[in-house]
Amino acid sequence: MASTALHDTAVLHNHDHDHGHHKETFITKYIFSQDHKMIAKQFLITGIIMAVIAMILSVLFRLQLGWPDKNFPLLETFLGQWAEGGRIKPEFFLALVTIHGTMMVFFVLTAGLSGTFSNLLIPLQLGARDMASPFLNMLSYWLFFSACMVMMASFFTVTGPASAGWTVYPPLSALPKAIPGSGIGMTLWLVSMTLFIASSLIGALNYISTVLNMRTKGMDMWKMPLTIWAFFLTAIVGVLSFPVLVSAVVLLIFDRSFGTSFYLSDIVVAGQVLPNQGGSPILWQHLFWFLGHPEVYIVLMPALGITSEVIATNSRKPIFGYHAMVYSLIGITVLSFVVWGHHMFVTGMNPFLGGVFMITTLIIAVPSAVKTFNYLATLWRGNIRFTPAMLFAIGLVSFFISGGLTGIFLGNAALDINLHDTYFVVAHFHLVMGSASIFGMLCGVYHWFPKMFGRLMDEKLGYIHFWFTFIGAYLVFFPMHFMGLDGVPRRYYAFTEFEFMKEWLTVNTFITWAAIVSALAQVAFLWNFFYSIFYGKKASQNPWQSNTLEWTTPVERIHGNWPGEIPSVYRWPYDYSKPGHHEDFIPQTTPFSETMSSNLPHDFEGNAVAEKIQEDWVRNNPKVTTTENV
Amino acid sequence: MKKNTNLTEVEDKQNLKAKKFLVWLFIISSFMIFAGLTSGYIVYTAGSPDRGLKTILPQAFKYSTVIIILSSITMHLAYKAAKRLRFNQQMMYLAATIVLGILFMVVQFYAWQVLTRQGVYFVNYNASQSFIYVFTGFHMLHIFAGILMLVNSLTGALKRIPQVRNLFRLEVTSIFWHFIDILWIYLYVFLLLNQ
Repeated sequence: MASTALHDTAVLHNHDHDHGHHKETFITKYIFSQDHKMIAKQFLITGIIMAVIAMILSVLFRLQLGWPDKNFPLLETFLGQWAEGGRIKPEFFLALVTIHGTMMVFFVLTAGLSGTFSNLLIPLQLGARDMASPFLNMLSYWLFFSACMVMMASFFTVTGPASAGWTVYPPLSALPKAIPGSGIGMTLWLVSMTLFIASSLIGALNYISTVLNMRTKGMDMWKMPLTIWAFFLTAIVGVLSFPVLVSAVVLLIFDRSFGTSFYLSDIVVAGQVLPNQGGSPILWQHLFWFLGHPEVYIVLMPALGITSEVIATNSRKPIFGYHAMVYSLIGITVLSFVVWGHHMFVTGMNPFLGGVFMITTLIIAVPSAVKTFNYLATLWRGNIRFTPAMLFAIGLVSFFISGGLTGIFLGNAALDINLHDTYFVVAHFHLVMGSASIFGMLCGVYHWFPKMFGRLMDEKLGYIHFWFTFIGAYLVFFPMHFMGLDGVPRRYYAFTEFEFMKEWLTVNTFITWAAIVSALAQVAFLWNFFYSIFYGKKASQNPWQSNTLEWTTPVERIHGNWPGEIPSVYRWPYDYSKPGHHEDFIPQTTPFSETMSSNLPHDFEGNAVAEKIQEDWVRNNPKVTTTENV
Repeated sequence: MKKNTNLTEVEDKQNLKAKKFLVWLFIISSFMIFAGLTSGYIVYTAGSPDRGLKTILPQAFKYSTVIIILSSITMHLAYKAAKRLRFNQQMMYLAATIVLGILFMVVQFYAWQVLTRQGVYFVNYNASQSFIYVFTGFHMLHIFAGILMLVNSLTGALKRIPQVRNLFRLEVTSIFWHFIDILWIYLYVFLLLNQ
C-alpha cells in the first residue's frame, strides 16, 4: 500500500533524511513551487510590490489634492496624456483612487496578508508537512499573480483603468459611455477580480482543510496559537462571502456586455435614453456589501491574530484571556455577515431595517473591544521587549482603538446620514482597517522574517521605519476627521470650487506632506527587507524565544518542515514566565513530565492520574528551587 | 525504513482525508454563489410589482429533474461497484452517468428554447426572467465540470490505477455529482415557488 504515497511529494521526500537527492530545478523550486514556505514568500513579495505601486498611486492623487493649482511638469514626463501640462486629469484622478483602493484591499491586505502568513504559519504552527493540497496552493498563487498582471495592464490602455471607486457601483461601472474608465479598464478590473476571487477561494479552502485535518499529535483546537484561529476563521469568512461577489460580478458582466438590465434603469447619457429598463442599482450594493463588509474582517482578523502572538511573545506573558480572544474572533466572524446594511443607510432603506443593521453594527464593537482590552492586559506589567515587530503590534492596537471609536459614530444611522461619503469615513477606515492591518502585516514580516529567510532584519532601520510610519499615518488620517465633520466629500478632484471647502486647502497640503514623508519611510523597510534576505545577520533557531512549533524546525527550512518525525504537542502555546520554571518560556513540545516544578493543577485538564503524579512529586520535593529541574 | 513507511501511510491517509474535505468546502462556496443569486432574485423581485417570473416554467424542467435524479442513482451504483471491485460494472455505470449528464444539458438547452418561444428572453426589462437563465446557466457550468470529473474517473478506471486512487476519485466525483443534483432540485423548487 505504500504506492498510495507516491502522489504526495511532501511525504515522499521524507522517506529518508538525505535532502540532496530530489532533483529540484530552479523552476520547481522558485517559480512553480508547491512548498508552502516558498509560496508564502511569493505571496509576500508580490504583495509588497503591489503595496509600493498602490502607495505611489496614493502619493500621485495626494499631489493633486495638496496643490490643485500647481503644475508638475515631471508628471507629464511619466504619465503622458493623463497629466497633460503637468496636472493630473480628473478622470485619471478617479482611476488613481479606484486602483489604490482595489490593490490595497484585495492584493495587499487580503492576498499579501492571508496568503503570506496563512501559508507560512498554518503548516508550521500546526505541525504539518504541507498544505492539504500543495498543488492547489500553487494554483492559488498563480491566479493571484495573473490577477495583479491584468490589473496592471489596465494602466496601458488608452481609456485608462477602472474609475468607479473600489466598490464599482453601477450604473457608473456598467456603462462604458459614462466615464472613460468604464470602458476596457472596467472589463480588465472584472477579469482581474474574477481571477483574484478564484485565487483567494482556493487558498481559503486549503487553509480550512489543513487546520481541521492535519494538526499534529496533541494539537487539539484549544492548543492552537491565536494566529491559527484567526487565519482559520478568516478563511471561513472568505469561503462564505467571496462567492457572493462572484454572483454580483457575473450580473454586472451581463449588464455591461450582454445588454441585460439587472442593475440598470431609466438612464440618460449625453442626451440619449438607454434601452435598459427595470434594473435595480441597489441590488449591486446588497450583493457587493455582503462580501464587502466581511472583507473588512478578512483584512483585519489575520492582523489581529499575528499581533496576539507577537504581543504575548514579546511581553513574556501568557496572552490575557485566550478563550475570550477565540470567542471574540468567532463573534466577529458571525456578526460580520449581518452588518452589511450600514454601508447603505442613505440608499432609501427602510428605517426599521436601518435600525436592525445599526444594532448589529454596534454589537460588533463588543468583541472588538474585548480584543483591545486583552491586548492591553497582556502588555500590563509585562517584561516587554521592544523589537520592531512588537512596536508594530502595539501600533496596531493604537490604530484599532482610534479608528474603532469613530466606527461607533458611523454605525449610528442618524449620524451616518451626515457623515456618509465624507472624509470622516475615509479617516475611519484608513485607521481601523488600512493602517491597523498594514501594521499587523509589517509586524508579521519583522517577526517571522527569520523563519522565512533564515536571517534577521536590521533593528535600527526597523525603528526608523516604525516611528516615521506611525506618526506619519496619524498626521495623514487624523485631520481628515475634521474635514469630514465639516462636510468635505470624498473622491472630489479639487476643493477649489466651493467656498466652504477652500479653508481646508492648507490642511490638504499638510496631509500631502505627511503622506510623502511616510511614503519615503517605506524605503527604509524595502532596503531592510531585500538587503537582509541576502546579507542580514544569521538567525538562530528560536530568535524570539517563542513557544510555538515553527521555531522547532531547522533554520535551513527543508521541504517537509521537520527532518524526522513531526513533534508532538503537550501544552498550550502561551506558557511564558510560568512561575517555578527556570526559563521564561516553555515550548509546546515540552511534556509536563519535564516541567514538574512549574506544573499547575489545571494544566492536566482533569486527568486524575497526572494530577496524582504531580501531587506526589510536590510532596517529595518540598522546597524545590527553579533551577533544580533542568 | 519500515517505521518510516508506516508513518508515511498514516500521513498519507490524513492527506487524502484533507483533500476529500476540500471538496466539501468547495461545495459550500459553490452553494454560496447560488445563495447569493437567489437572494439577489428575492431582493430584486421584492422591489416592484412589475417584477417576478410571470410565466409558466417549461415542462422540460420536469424531464431534466428526472434525468438528473437517475444520474445520481447510476453514480451511486458505480461507486458501490467499485467498492466491490467490479470494475467493468463501475465503468458501465460511469458511462451511463456521463450520458445522462449530457442528456440533462440537452434538455436544459431545449427548455431555454421553449422559454424564448414564450417570449421570456435573457435580455429583459423584467430581470426576474433573466435570472432564470443565470440560475440554469451557472448550474450547467457545474454540470460541465461534473462531467469532466466523471470522464477523469472513467479514464482512471480504464487505466487500472491503484484501487485507493480509483476509489478516491470516485468518492470526490460522486460527492460533487450528488451536490449538483440537489442543487438543481433547490433551484427548480425555488423557481416553482416564485412562479
